[in-house]
Amino acid sequence: MLDIKDILAGNQNAGAGMIRLVEDRDPLAHELLKRLYPHAGRAFIIGITGSPGVGKSSLIDGLIAEFRGLNKRVAVIACDPSSPVTGGAILGDRLRMQRHAADEGVFIRSMASRGEKGGLSRAAKDAVLVLDAMGYPIIIIETAGAGQTEVDVADIAHSVGIVTIPGTGDGIQAIKAGILETGDVFIVNKSDRPDSEAAVFELNMMLGLRPPSKDVWKPLVLQTQALDGTGVRELARVFLSHFDFLRQEGRLEKKQIKMESRYFQSLVRDLALEKIMAALETSKGYQDAFKKIRLRGTDPVTAAESVMDTIRVLNNDTKYHC
Amino acid sequence: METKSKIRILIAKPGLDGHDKGAKVVALALRDAGMEVIYSGLHQTLDQIIQSAVQESVDVIGLSIMSGAHLPICQKLMAMMREKGLAHAKLTVGGVIPHQDIPKLKEIGVAAVFPGGTSFEDIINGINRLFE
Ligand SMILES: Nc1nc2c(ncn2[C@@H]2O[C@H](COP(=O)(O)OP(=O)(O)OP(=O)(O)O)[C@@H](O)[C@H]2O)c(=O)[nH]1
Ligand SMILES: [Mg+2]
Repeated sequence: MLDIKDILAGNQNAGAGMIRLVEDRDPLAHELLKRLYPHAGRAFIIGITGSPGVGKSSLIDGLIAEFRGLNKRVAVIACDPSSPVTGGAILGDRLRMQRHAADEGVFIRSMASRGEKGGLSRAAKDAVLVLDAMGYPIIIIETAGAGQTEVDVADIAHSVGIVTIPGTGDGIQAIKAGILETGDVFIVNKSDRPDSEAAVFELNMMLGLRPPSKDVWKPLVLQTQALDGTGVRELARVFLSHFDFLRQEGRLEKKQIKMESRYFQSLVRDLALEKIMAALETSKGYQDAFKKIRLRGTDPVTAAESVMDTIRVLNNDTKYHC
Repeated sequence: METKSKIRILIAKPGLDGHDKGAKVVALALRDAGMEVIYSGLHQTLDQIIQSAVQESVDVIGLSIMSGAHLPICQKLMAMMREKGLAHAKLTVGGVIPHQDIPKLKEIGVAAVFPGGTSFEDIINGINRLFE
């Protein structure tokens, strides 16, 4: 049986067992998470994101080595998509980090998305909570987001590294499209390839458009070669100095509040939607409105508004009537 | 909340033998059968395999062994699994395995043996059957 004390003591079997409950959505998971929650909130959480194959796992392998060199324990959550057809997944990120497998100070866990939209699942967030409660001071999350989906890594990580490679205009296009704001460090990996400088130049130009402010972290652009480790020590150093920056003048606290409030809001939104829809869909008002639409007696938008009018949310209560 | 479990399997090649084409193809077939396959690659020490299996909370460790050392490797690994809190996980082995060794492997505690030439279908069914 899982014992919360073992998880808090950092026992890997207990922690892994707990993460399994979380990803299987086992009813027991919620009960245990509740008790772990007060013990989390101490870790520095780094997100590494970028298109498939840019070298995220290889970079994390190097970062683990750097942090271990500083005698810090490290945990990694590596996310990969599940096949939408079969539900199966190949979880291949660990392969690149396997030299750390027998190091007791390292915990690497692969997770499949299991049908969740977006780059990260709620299970991944809960897994980070477990690793945090286990006492890992540094937790790294790998997620390959395409387009906009990786935005949500910023809801989990204190520091986000966005990885791209030279010569792929589209990599930089994706960054332009919406994640420029979420990156704290921009990494041009595979800088052994041609046009690396050009990629750095272009990124710097785009970042230069952000208004400078002394209270806001100025994102950096770094070149790395994950295979031979060039630039990886610098990258580790930059992440740690970002953490130091956040710890000054209450910035971390502020960031934490923002992250928690967004997460809380999304949880409440999901629950509210589920509950209200369950009640509405079976209500007479809903059925009547739909009938009217079918008979062309009203248009869908008017009908939807009329259904919403049937909800009366009580101020001091969560009850609603239909 | 609906529970939605999947079979999680670690594919590993212990020891120094050659290539991992076969193991990779099997990994793909298992994915297509709906399993979550953690692929850990070549040249794995038994310590690495055990630690990976713990951290990945797998249901199955699938070894691919071509070197002929399957008996001592499986014996050692079974003992380590018991010692490291992996008694609930199943050990399976594939690769170059002479038929006369299959009963010995079973006796050691190996849950399923897939000698070279076993079809994907038989491997998939063989693993699924462990959880019925
Ligand atoms: N030339 C070169 N190749 C690299 C470099 N870094 C990684 N690679 C190679 O790029 C390929 C992909 O590396 P990964 O680390 O698996 O990339 P990833 O972003 O984690 O990939 P996914 O998880 O599949 O999205 C591998 O073959 C690496 O060996 C680099 O700096 N230079
Ligand atoms: Mg990867």
